[in-house]
Amino acid sequence: MGDSNSLILARQLTKKFGDLTAVDGIDFEVAKGEAFGFLGPNGAGKTSTMRMIGGVSPVTSGLLTIFGLDPAISGPKIRARLGVVPQADTLDLELTVRENLIIYSRYFDLSWREGARRADELLEFVQLNERAKDKVDELSGGMKRRLTIARALINSPELLLLDEPTTGLDPQARHLVWDRLYRLKQRGVTLVLTTHYMDEAEQLCDRLVVMDKARIAAEGSPRELIDRYSTREVLELRFPIDEQPALDGKLSDIAERVEVLPDRVLLYTGDGDEAIAAVHRRGLRPETALVRRSTLEDVFLRLTGRSLVD
Amino acid sequence: MALMAGTRHVIEYNALIYRRIWRGSIAVSFFTPLFFLAAMGIGLGGLVNRASGGVNGVPYLDFLAPGLIAAACMQTAAIEAMYPILAKIMWDKTYDAVLATPVTIPDVIRGEIVWITIRMFIVATMFWIVMYAFGIGHSAEALLAIPASIITGLAFATPIMAFTATRRNDSGFAAINRFVIIPLYLLGGTFFPIAKLPLALQVLAWATPLSHGVALTRSLVLGNVTAPEAALHALVPLAYFAGGLLIVRALLIKRLAK
Repeated sequence: MGDSNSLILARQLTKKFGDLTAVDGIDFEVAKGEAFGFLGPNGAGKTSTMRMIGGVSPVTSGLLTIFGLDPAISGPKIRARLGVVPQADTLDLELTVRENLIIYSRYFDLSWREGARRADELLEFVQLNERAKDKVDELSGGMKRRLTIARALINSPELLLLDEPTTGLDPQARHLVWDRLYRLKQRGVTLVLTTHYMDEAEQLCDRLVVMDKARIAAEGSPRELIDRYSTREVLELRFPIDEQPALDGKLSDIAERVEVLPDRVLLYTGDGDEAIAAVHRRGLRPETALVRRSTLEDVFLRLTGRSLVD
Repeated sequence: MALMAGTRHVIEYNALIYRRIWRGSIAVSFFTPLFFLAAMGIGLGGLVNRASGGVNGVPYLDFLAPGLIAAACMQTAAIEAMYPILAKIMWDKTYDAVLATPVTIPDVIRGEIVWITIRMFIVATMFWIVMYAFGIGHSAEALLAIPASIITGLAFATPIMAFTATRRNDSGFAAINRFVIIPLYLLGGTFFPIAKLPLALQVLAWATPLSHGVALTRSLVLGNVTAPEAALHALVPLAYFAGGLLIVRALLIKRLAK
């Protein structure tokens, strides 16, 4: 068995829905206090994995323990120590912001008084205290998301599961959510999140696995993954659309690796400026040329041959 | 004890939502029987009594009122087991939120059944008070009409909840109403004795829980109840309830814990 520090341990974890294999024998461990991510496109098996960890979806085969407990036997015990932020908000639109938190505290068997105390504290934490008496219906998308996070914290969980915490939010609202999650991490709450945003994974995750087609394609810290699967810099070139197909092969010896995407060409290289010069020396005239650092997006492209968000 | 707590919290949730509408809901539970008994009992009943001296030897109002209590519980249970449950399964996804806590699917089912029972208790009690005001059921035994009609409603609560657990939209609910609830309401012995139906329909009627619930409630109010008959009339609805309970449990686990 794994390290005694691991809050979650999965070995050959598999989930099938009839003929469809949503999660195909994956192995991973999450340590206490860690921020762990599942990065992958829609349909990669992230949500199915999260639902199994959350103790609401039965494991088809393989081993899964959370807090050292088997979810098939100890579901309620596990869920008492978990916080869950689902992909779609499941707030009560007819109740007020504060009522949403208090009624949820009851499901964890907290007293009304303790529920009210924690509700007020958490509304402060997610900066919704001014909206306590408003109906949830009246909140913006970002506020609803923060309320969902507050609700997931009502039982002071040791482990917080977040399924696509910022999908659909505008940049400002996303940063606010990230800031709160970062604070939770500093308080020692273990975070497990899924995302298809590489910037979110880079911002929040100490360690992550890249998921694709129900399997884990790679595992490591964002930095390690970039070092292992990409180059230091990337040169992005855009050519007039009719010229791009004719490029095939012309650039391959300039960079360590070349990816031709429908709208641009990526040259993976240690030195982007040197690569631009080499492109120009060959008489090629891209419309734009941009040198940037490698990201997890590049790692994903390398591992799967596809973009994360299409 | 943890199990009981989960059930209790599901009931509390319903009560919190009901708190917003309780005045209107209770007023409806009071005025509906008032209008029904006034119109059907006194108006229509006057005609029936003049033409044939009542039904089975009692005035039409006395025959009708207890049957209506049982039928009202059937309707309450049916509605409560359809729209609110489907909303919690798929429109509002309330159950997804609840099941992420220590509360389990059996807790949810128990909680919803107790809540539907509370709703039926309110409906049946208001009805009983109106009936009493009309001068019917002035006996201690007649009070048992309330639990008897609740048993009648429970026979519909779990099977309809099981049906709801299979739905992807609410179009099937109109069919249940049109092809189950209304025909039973009209032909299940509430408005006239089942013996007046053609034989085939009589057999069909006695296979449904409503006619037994109506018969039980009526015999308690009219004071002509016998133990073996009462046992039979209680057992049929309870059997429907128990069967529905097994099915709803399996179907909700299939739907919510996939």
